[in-house]
Amino acid sequence: MAELTYLQAISDGLRTEMRRDKRVFVIGEDVGVYGGAFKVTLGFQEEFGPWRVIDAPLAETAIVGGATGAAMMGMRPVAEMQFSDFVSCAWDHLVTIAAKQRWRVGTPVPIVVRLPSGGGFSGGPFHSQNPESSFAHIPGLKCVCPATPEDAKGLLISAIEDPNPVLYFEHKHLYRRIKGEVPEERYTTPIGKARIHQEGDDVSVVTWGAMVYTAEEAAKQLDGDGVSVEIVDLRSVMPWDKPAVIESVRKTSKVLVLHEDTRTGGFGAEIAATIAEEAFEDLDAPVKRIAAPDTPVPFSPPLEKAFIPQVDDVVAGLRELAEY
Amino acid sequence: MSQSLSFRAMAIAREAEPVGSLSEVKEAGLDREDLLGIYRNLLITRGVEERGHILYRQGKIPGSFYTGRGNEAAAVGVATAMRSDDVGTPLHRDMGVHIVRGVEPWRIFAQYMGREDGPTRGKDGNVHMADMRLGLIAMVSHLPAMLPVAVGAALAFRIREERRVALGWFGEGSSARGDVHESMTFAGTRKLPVVFVCDNNQWAYSTPTHLEYATEHVADRAQSYGFEGVVVDGTDVLAVYREAKRAIEKAREGGGPTLVECLTLRMEGHAVHDDAFYVPKPMFEAWAASDPLERFRTWLRENASMTDDEEDEIGAGVKKLLNDALQRAEDSPMPDPSELLDGVYATPEDLDTPHHK
Repeated sequence: MAELTYLQAISDGLRTEMRRDKRVFVIGEDVGVYGGAFKVTLGFQEEFGPWRVIDAPLAETAIVGGATGAAMMGMRPVAEMQFSDFVSCAWDHLVTIAAKQRWRVGTPVPIVVRLPSGGGFSGGPFHSQNPESSFAHIPGLKCVCPATPEDAKGLLISAIEDPNPVLYFEHKHLYRRIKGEVPEERYTTPIGKARIHQEGDDVSVVTWGAMVYTAEEAAKQLDGDGVSVEIVDLRSVMPWDKPAVIESVRKTSKVLVLHEDTRTGGFGAEIAATIAEEAFEDLDAPVKRIAAPDTPVPFSPPLEKAFIPQVDDVVAGLRELAEY
Repeated sequence: MSQSLSFRAMAIAREAEPVGSLSEVKEAGLDREDLLGIYRNLLITRGVEERGHILYRQGKIPGSFYTGRGNEAAAVGVATAMRSDDVGTPLHRDMGVHIVRGVEPWRIFAQYMGREDGPTRGKDGNVHMADMRLGLIAMVSHLPAMLPVAVGAALAFRIREERRVALGWFGEGSSARGDVHESMTFAGTRKLPVVFVCDNNQWAYSTPTHLEYATEHVADRAQSYGFEGVVVDGTDVLAVYREAKRAIEKAREGGGPTLVECLTLRMEGHAVHDDAFYVPKPMFEAWAASDPLERFRTWLRENASMTDDEEDEIGAGVKKLLNDALQRAEDSPMPDPSELLDGVYATPEDLDTPHHK
């Protein structure tokens, strides 16, 4: 095993599949010569050539629509949105065509769209969003949100292998901050299976992406109070691992649902509602949600800090639950 | 020849000549049997939609109903020029493409009526259907959204260095959408093997052409994307065939895209509920004189000596085909509500198709 950053693990997964399967190709803006805005595909064009690492014009509709058409002809495109925010320009192609074609006419659309997501670095309203909830709402799409380097590689390989359109939300704040052991060989991480980031007995946190680490920091602080926190990293929000969440709730009887996306209609609402429907009798406290407020993502550091859930917010939420 | 093409000084695209003699047609690769086959496909195309209209009035078709009356020659002409391993994204005025590619009419009637044997098994309606085994990709209502998909199919052919061509259909209304611009930009920059076919039927619902584009022709835009544009009289099936064939073979040889604009008039409303009051009556009258079926029938009699017997035989064959098809479709059951949840997500077995091998 090698220690890789989260970003290196994404590159490793992509390279592994491109070496193994000639049908896999990359298309996006500045992914070729430049190696991608975040350098995920650095060196790929030298290795795989310009027709498998395609520098597209600034045209997200053509990128995702084109990936869809190529997938229908038997290719396995991996399209990159330079920032997840720009997927708004390709919404139609994901939601209107890719998501519905299998159900309507039996045509599978095996595409992966990579979506560098999330804030924490003053990216402002158009370079910081976490749009996974919007897409999790669309039947026919899958949405994965890896938190660790090992999952980043395994989930990307699973996404490429999957016969469905898969949106791969890679959190930019984790790219170079998070390192971990990553197996050198090819492996897959099942889509729809949660991972217990840390075990605990008193309160559960259900979360994904960068918030896994915010929860981890908060849990450390609660250790001192003698409160043991279990962190469930969903790894994908569509499909999501309902049994793992219910099991954790049954174990701790108290649950905090945490996400970086905005609150109203965020995917946490679905999780909270499901817990209320299926595990109400197991609860010793009301389900608590911590999420960003219902505003666009701000630019200036103090505003952004007020927007993204911070460790202190999670600590307060966990204490409230522990004391309930 | 048709009154339809106006030769104003502003036009940039090439304006195609009509097809004249049988020898000219033979040069384009069609023998007499092919010509009679085209006539038959035109009759089936119109017949399917006329029968569909009757089914609608009988209350057997849920939702709305759309036809491509006036566009039959454009659809049949282009599809006839495709090779069997070429692919395309025909739209709701392009019934002729489905017919030429071999979709059985009874399946289309079943689709109209929301039956189990429609290509979408009742999950979608009207012409929102296609058979991938015949190289057709099912349209969505967001019509221009199909062009990037066609471009993507062409991209796959280019990456794999296959000598295949993708055809993407759009209307002059769709031409206003960004999808069209992005598709042509990408296809032009990469010289992809794609042919863009504009069904210009002059009315996008109630909106006339001058409110959809400010150029003389939609095809004038092709030059700005770095490829050729050609306008053809869409009621002249042989001219459409010739121009489509040129464009398709050019793409196959690595010559990049072409925009073929087929000029027609939408001879009915946008859908059955629309009486098209906004279309000037003289316009309908002028274009009725250039009916694509009647025009080709006359041409066949004058240039290919189609006899009364041949004409009757083809007509009777089509009538029987459609009658049988209607019966078979009416015998098809409605889908079971339990099927609603089926197939939202694909399984690995779904990839076991010729396109994914």
